[in-house]
Amino acid sequence: MNIGLNEYLALSGLLFALGFFGVLLRKNTLIIFMCLELMLVAATLALVAFSRFNGTLDGDVFVFFILTVAAAEVAVGLAIIVALFRRRQTVQVEELNALRN
Amino acid sequence: MSDFLFYLIAVFTAGCAVGVVANKNAVNAAMCLMLCLMGIASLFVLLDAYLLAALLVLVYAGAVVALFLFIVMLLDMQGGVKRPFRKMTALASTVALALMLVGVCMLRNRVSGGAAPTAALAAPVGTVLKNYAELLFTTYLLPVQIMGFLLLIAMLGVIVLSKKFEGMEDIK
Repeated sequence: MNIGLNEYLALSGLLFALGFFGVLLRKNTLIIFMCLELMLVAATLALVAFSRFNGTLDGDVFVFFILTVAAAEVAVGLAIIVALFRRRQTVQVEELNALRN
Repeated sequence: MSDFLFYLIAVFTAGCAVGVVANKNAVNAAMCLMLCLMGIASLFVLLDAYLLAALLVLVYAGAVVALFLFIVMLLDMQGGVKRPFRKMTALASTVALALMLVGVCMLRNRVSGGAAPTAALAAPVGTVLKNYAELLFTTYLLPVQIMGFLLLIAMLGVIVLSKKFEGMEDIK
């Protein structure tokens, strides 16, 4: 077995970078939110890999908490997006510029 | 065998992540996100964290992606004008992606140069459920309680957010 910590960390960093790219590039609020979730999951992958290769369980327990927080965050975020859509009839970030003027 | 599986799942997961970012259709992006999460769950299995793999599939691929799909279909924003990407945004995000990838490569080279923690594989402690229970109910008891409160607060917040308030000023 020569798959080590480095490979997992590289994959985690790649996924995080892809999610970051999506957050910066996309215009649809829902897809930006999905990319945020992708970044969160990439971080959990790094935590689990660290935990596994150190022989401790603290990273795994932290991932447990991250999953809980992510579930709560998705519920609140999607409720905000739905409220926004009801008020403004759009979820494209370019048209959501109420704070600009 | 394990190496081959890792590379297979890694390529699959990265491809699905690209699909999430690049898909025009929000439903397809949500489906790609689900496949990506399944790939991550199988990586957790390779890392001997069976409980977390099951939880990831249940919470993320089950609840979160279903919620996303539900909202995408509820809002139905497939129509409307398609705006092209601004040049500045595309350039900035590409530069950011390149910088993060360079950072990952630097980290990789540096770690493999020194004494890497990859050689000695520690004992898999994540396979036994009793270990999780012991940590969650002793060392991390306070965070568990706080998580309970957080879920309660999130539930109340969602109820307040999705209520209709009459006579509220519109901020258009």
